[in-house]
Amino acid sequence: MIREAMEMPPKGGFSFDLCKRNDMLVKKGLKEPSFLKTGTTIVGLIFKDGVILGADTRATEGPIVADKNCEKIHYMAPNIYCCGAGTAADTEAVTGTHNFCSLSRCNQHVPFYFICLFSANFILQWLFLDMVSSQLKLHRYHTGRESRVVTALSLLKSHLFSYQGYVSAALVLGGVDVTGPHLHTIYPHGSTDTLPFATMGSGSLAAMAVFESKYREGLTRDEGVKLVSEAICSGIFNDLGSGSNVDICVITQGEKEYLRNHMLPNPRTYISEKGYSFSKKTEVLRTKITPLREMVEVIEGGDAMEE
Amino acid sequence: MTKQQANWSPYDNNGGTCVAIAGADYCVIAADTRMSSGYNILTRDYSKIIQLADKSVMASSGFQADVRALQKVLASRHLLYQHQHNKQMSCPAMAQLLSNTLYYKRFFPYYAFNVLGGLDNEGKGCVFTYDAVGSYERVGYSSQGSGSTLITPFLDNQLKSPSPLLLPAKDAVTPLSEAEAIDLVKTCFASATERDIYTGDKLEIIVLNASGIRQEYMELRKD
Repeated sequence: MIREAMEMPPKGGFSFDLCKRNDMLVKKGLKEPSFLKTGTTIVGLIFKDGVILGADTRATEGPIVADKNCEKIHYMAPNIYCCGAGTAADTEAVTGTHNFCSLSRCNQHVPFYFICLFSANFILQWLFLDMVSSQLKLHRYHTGRESRVVTALSLLKSHLFSYQGYVSAALVLGGVDVTGPHLHTIYPHGSTDTLPFATMGSGSLAAMAVFESKYREGLTRDEGVKLVSEAICSGIFNDLGSGSNVDICVITQGEKEYLRNHMLPNPRTYISEKGYSFSKKTEVLRTKITPLREMVEVIEGGDAMEE
Repeated sequence: MTKQQANWSPYDNNGGTCVAIAGADYCVIAADTRMSSGYNILTRDYSKIIQLADKSVMASSGFQADVRALQKVLASRHLLYQHQHNKQMSCPAMAQLLSNTLYYKRFFPYYAFNVLGGLDNEGKGCVFTYDAVGSYERVGYSSQGSGSTLITPFLDNQLKSPSPLLLPAKDAVTPLSEAEAIDLVKTCFASATERDIYTGDKLEIIVLNASGIRQEYMELRKD
């Protein structure tokens, strides 16, 4: 899988080379994998004074955990944060520091021929949220006002729509502006929902089960944080695509609190006391030295070429 | 009408990892207890290990319905053997039986990745490793299942498996003590659980030695 991801088109952008072949395979009866729910649990809810966003911290590449503690809650504006599932769930790369560790973000049984699309996805995705947050900043300079959540929403949805779902980002966008607290979900094709509580990602059903049972209007900050933690934990323990720790972001009027690793419910269970040493080298089975050239003696002060 | 491919598969992969290590006079067999399907956990408490005979223990990962069927076939064959020969099957004999049973279904295989551990006729530890259709080999240690790609390189490094190319041929069993081998197995699973989503919940360890059989459990990450 990693090998395939390395064979990205050097020009960047999308490579549609395999589309014809994919179509042929689909006609032969191969089922295209669906990309909607990818390995993540992200949630958001509106409480009395604002918005709380939550996310797990596991990044997977197929059945392997690529990053045990990545950041899925991304900065959009001082009063707006966005959780990303799917390709958007990559780490610091999206917020600015470039991280080339994992090119393939897809988490289902994706055939290799789709991987190159995702590699391209990742590059665009990585620029995507970064780009929107920069656009918002320019807009703030231009208008002289605090950014509104609907502005970020329009920018994100129009970008995703124009890529017709190829940029596979499922986002939970939340923030507090002059008009009040807002929470939206954005799907890869560009559709949006405005909700009091929302979940996305492969663990969304597990998290939504918790929300649907326990959510009510007018929660206090502590109740809200506790409920979001419970929902994310539900995703962490019941969904294999999600895991590790709980990240929370509380946004209120004029203030935000980013609680990175608010809960760490998964410590390593066993560490050997004696430790391990790795001194063993590859076994040498046979040694054979073949000189490629004859040794030539260079004598100092030989006849120099003279004019 | 376009030609359609089958969209129903008789197989499913329930995940999980199994490990076995053979020592001078003991054998350690371990497997995690998580059973999953796709991204869901079906149960956190499913044993993949079965004792087939006095000195033979099998751990299998893969499709647990096929594993269960395989276990039943082997158990009944062993009972027949006991009636006919008035003794328990030895581990190498059980190894051959398992291989034959798997190959019998060569054209509709048991989706089971097996590791058989026990004590041979001399009381030394032995481990046999299989593929899905019955190809097997006696080895000093083995790992099968979803976490095997993570565990095997580590075991290769620690257990100094002699290269078959080196002469004179070295013994396959590890020089480690029983306690060290158990420690190694626990470390293997704790590490595999960190990086493999299908491995976790709990670790079941079976230790076979001259004084009998012993069972141990260890908690693993549940996420």
